[in-house]
Amino acid sequence: MAVKVVIPTPLRQYVGKRDAVEVQATTIGEALAHLTAEYGDLRRHLYTEDGRLRSFVNVYLNDEDIRFLQKEQTPLNANDVITIVPSIAGGCARRCICR
Amino acid sequence: MVLNLDPRPLEMIRQHGARDYPNECCGVLFGRAEGENKRVIEAVPLRNLRTDPEKAREVLPLEEPGRESERNRFLIDPREQLRAEKDARARGLDVVGYYHSHPDHPARPSNYDREHAWPWYSYVIVSVVRGEAKELTSWVLTEDRSRFGSEAIEVVG
Ligand SMILES: [Zn+2]
Repeated sequence: MAVKVVIPTPLRQYVGKRDAVEVQATTIGEALAHLTAEYGDLRRHLYTEDGRLRSFVNVYLNDEDIRFLQKEQTPLNANDVITIVPSIAGGCARRCICR
Repeated sequence: MVLNLDPRPLEMIRQHGARDYPNECCGVLFGRAEGENKRVIEAVPLRNLRTDPEKAREVLPLEEPGRESERNRFLIDPREQLRAEKDARARGLDVVGYYHSHPDHPARPSNYDREHAWPWYSYVIVSVVRGEAKELTSWVLTEDRSRFGSEAIEVVG
């Protein structure tokens, strides 16, 4: 069935500058596989070299984090919205010894 | 590449950095891409999830907990981020980057910043020295992830 995948700004350059892409899939994993098959440059940003979803990539089905659903096996319904949310983290020097 | 900053978000970032000192603060930048440049229309403070170590661990565990804390690390709650993304879209704006503070450190990105960065976003850093906001800089990750390039800031309006 058709679901919408919302693409965050840093990754839009890999999907023809679009902010959302429609894919046909029955699970989250299938949706992401179809997405990265169609837009090959996306793959290295979403998956590690051994094919696992990167830990810095959060995937939401409607408003739920898929980690708290059935992860990539989570089934989809027509008109579901998948949102890719990049983790944002940072900080000072790795070995901060100033205090 | 230039980051055009309205005076209001600029002041917001500086005040947030001072308010949360000695912890690191963080927030999101709403605006628009204008060709190679970006325009920041609003800075929205977000919670540093590192102040809630238990929740932070679920999202991104620390590598060296003894040396890392809310004073030298920030992490944005993905749920807050999802809400922010929706707010931006509802107003016809985009998330163009993020800001954070470096308490008693220069406004230069660390290796840790680079390792966790995404392409395209502008990463604004404000140095906060003894509670006072000082230097403010902006950075964009290079395509090969090897380094951050400095991005010029122009205050508009
Ligand atoms: Zn930093």
